[in-house]
Amino acid sequence: MDALWMPFVEFAFMRRALVASLALGLISGPVGVLLVMRRMSLAGDAIAHAVLPGAAVGYFLAGMSLPVLGLGAFVSALLVALLASFVASNTSQKEDASLAAFHLIALAIGVTLISMRGSSVDLMHLLFGSILAVDASALILIAAATSVALILLAFIWRVLLASSFDPLFLMPFGQSGKWANQFFMLTVVLTFVACFQTLGTLMAVGLLMLPAIAARSWSRDIPKACVLASLFAMGSGLIGLLLSYHFSLPSGPAIVLTAGLFYLVSLLFGVNDGLLLRFIPTARHRES
Amino acid sequence: MRQELSRLLSVLVTSATLATAPALVLAANEQPIKVVATFSILADMVQEVGGDHVEVISLVGPDEDAHVFDPSPADAKALAQADVVVINGLGFEGWIDRLVKSSGFKGQLVVATDGVDPIEIGQTKTQDHGKPGHDQHGHDQHSHDKHAHDHNDHAHDKHAKHDHGDFDPHAWQDLANAKIYVANIRDALVQARPSARAQIDLRTAQYVAQIDALDQATRARMAEIPAQTRRVIVSHGAFEYFAKAYGVQFFSLQGWTTEREPSAADVAGLIREIRRDQVRALFVENMSDPRLMSRISEETGVRIGGELYSDALSLPGSPADTYLGLFAYNTDLIWSTLQQ
Repeated sequence: MDALWMPFVEFAFMRRALVASLALGLISGPVGVLLVMRRMSLAGDAIAHAVLPGAAVGYFLAGMSLPVLGLGAFVSALLVALLASFVASNTSQKEDASLAAFHLIALAIGVTLISMRGSSVDLMHLLFGSILAVDASALILIAAATSVALILLAFIWRVLLASSFDPLFLMPFGQSGKWANQFFMLTVVLTFVACFQTLGTLMAVGLLMLPAIAARSWSRDIPKACVLASLFAMGSGLIGLLLSYHFSLPSGPAIVLTAGLFYLVSLLFGVNDGLLLRFIPTARHRES
Repeated sequence: MRQELSRLLSVLVTSATLATAPALVLAANEQPIKVVATFSILADMVQEVGGDHVEVISLVGPDEDAHVFDPSPADAKALAQADVVVINGLGFEGWIDRLVKSSGFKGQLVVATDGVDPIEIGQTKTQDHGKPGHDQHGHDQHSHDKHAHDHNDHAHDKHAKHDHGDFDPHAWQDLANAKIYVANIRDALVQARPSARAQIDLRTAQYVAQIDALDQATRARMAEIPAQTRRVIVSHGAFEYFAKAYGVQFFSLQGWTTEREPSAADVAGLIREIRRDQVRALFVENMSDPRLMSRISEETGVRIGGELYSDALSLPGSPADTYLGLFAYNTDLIWSTLQQ
């Protein structure tokens, strides 16, 4: 039993990493589930990469300053998200298509900016993140971004919920419906700004989407799935850190792999659409 | 007191420059030898040895990390046009084989660590595999082209066979090895431009004298500090050769390469070692992520002594913009931090 909590008692960096991953798990749950419900599972990926050019510009302006980097990342990801939804609502292009287009442009700009500057190492370290190096200012940034995202989400919750089932539902709401969608993209962006410094842009998507998809195998009810997804994400953070500690695995990938394990187990045993149910007739019978 | 080694160095360099000045004038009408070095430290050595006879390009520039370097087409072009390419070897430039092949480079490939007694990674002292090849090659100057090819293959073999049991490539952190580097570079330059032999030999002799003087000074400096307090933390294990040569114990997080992402176990292990062994000083490096080191400093109460230069020179005009400057700077910094 000692193995489960002694690392956190002995080392402050483990405590900070745990707090950071719990906060990230908390916001990842609902945002991830809503993304899945709205068939935007890959939008997270796109927005994660849109962070790159802003972070690069922030880095050139102010070096390794967390607030400036966070702000740069926030602005560029938000710009991509807003441009994409503007194009989607004013042309015949679907949102996923325009998002794909803009995030690829942003990614290319980001890589160009980074390689134009000679020393790119610091920035690459930053973009791959290090949850073990979370310091006080990073924790404050994570807490602030997470809180704002949660509050925003609470305001637009009902509208989002309804439109997730039926995209046409928002039509009668006109302008306010559009606003709900924009605000949702804002929460997604905030989530990534919180995530990318600790897990890096690549791994952050894993913590966002894997627990959400896993939770959907257990419940069709969105609020329940959100809570479950948050629990899975926080669990992945805790277990991933312990695995990294005891088996000397890199921490970011260890957390995402744990989330992946949650997904695979849910895929097999989930009561809602689980693969096992499909092959065991009695179980399905009981369900119906 | 602190700047003493650096000052000694500047006196040495000035006298060397004055002595070689006539030779430079004589050689002015010849085309310089085009040399490509893989990183800034090698480029500086080539410049010191070759003087006006060489035109050096460094693929990985000052303050950049050669472990994670991504070559561009311009680099391949520079390589294709070069007469001589100088690499460190021992697996330091994992990307060089591909680059040499794709660029169509046909000149002379010099492995600077040829003849160095390498430290094996993992500190096991069984240096049997891979080493016989090294000894066989020796310093025969007449069949150097063939050698270069052998070495290329050899390096490749080593890379394929030893996934984990590789050698530590940071051999330049021992000034005795630097003399081997210089000898290898000198041989290659003389072969490329036999007419400049006299001047190159003169420059080499002066450079080796400077290296020897700095080596003496470094040993004297380290001897002033009691052996049990010579414990230092660095962010990646680039100082094993320094440790062995000058009796300083280095603890590091990332192992020999900056490519690997540290795990929680690595960080925890390092913090425990620091607490147990009462390490006095912690240093960050010019080309790696300082955030984790500042976390460790906060957690253990060991203060950060400053920035050491391991795998890259600093930008021109700063104290570590030459190889010897870098070495003197590191020694001064370690010495003054451990004094306190």
